[in-house]
Amino acid sequence: MTEFTPYSALIGGILIGLAALALMLLSGKIAGISGILTQLMNQFPIQLSWQVYFVLGLIIGPVLASPLGFTLPQSIDLSWAAVIIGGFLVGFGSRYGSGCTSGHGICGIGRFSKRSIAATVTFMASAIVTVFIIRHVIGA
Amino acid sequence: MNNFIALICGLVFGFGLTIAQMVNPNKVLNFLDLFGSWDASLAFVMGGGVITYIIGYQLFIKKMKKPLLTENFNIPTNTVIDQKLIIGSTIFGIGWGIAGICPGPAIANITTGNEKILVFILLMVVGMLLAQKVKKR
Repeated sequence: MTEFTPYSALIGGILIGLAALALMLLSGKIAGISGILTQLMNQFPIQLSWQVYFVLGLIIGPVLASPLGFTLPQSIDLSWAAVIIGGFLVGFGSRYGSGCTSGHGICGIGRFSKRSIAATVTFMASAIVTVFIIRHVIGA
Repeated sequence: MNNFIALICGLVFGFGLTIAQMVNPNKVLNFLDLFGSWDASLAFVMGGGVITYIIGYQLFIKKMKKPLLTENFNIPTNTVIDQKLIIGSTIFGIGWGIAGICPGPAIANITTGNEKILVFILLMVVGMLLAQKVKKR
């Protein structure tokens, strides 16, 4: 069980939306993490591009939340199989489907993109079905 | 200047993910577990994020010819809902349902140095590179 935390969730969500919005308003870029990571991997040798700075911010940001009492999880209660299979499928699927929770789920839906709406409905549904099968059919 | 903006936006994004606790896989998996120990919190994260973006984009950005600091908007022009989009999104959802971690939270968790996070990121990168190869064919 995890505690229902609607207020901090809403505030966090609004901050994520504002960050993505500012990146579009000021620089004209989509704050899609899987897209940014792919662009980073294609910059070889690595340059000090905006993608590098964004990822750096994404890494430092959580550290700044800890004085307020919001911390990163101290342990990850996943099996190694879940880590390995999950990681691979998240990477493969987000690239093959041109986006993830941020790029499709926030920026794409925010632009009323039909592709992003279709993608978000699809991955939400497949994630819910996957959790249902793992927790209630297999019973892991 | 654009690098500085990217840094600040990344920072606020990562800060927001942590305040919202989307960085916690248990929280994500419980959000996806509609028929079990459902924790609706993340609906507020996604709702808050998307509504904020909709308001800003539809009211302001849509009417602008170019961003405030660069020459053009880098927005996808493809509008076709094709097989790749649906297959990729289905696979992404399965992975997200297995681990409860999507790309943003994976990176945001790096500073914990947790081995499982590092291995997750490694496999995620391998998956992305492979998808990129397969997609080009």
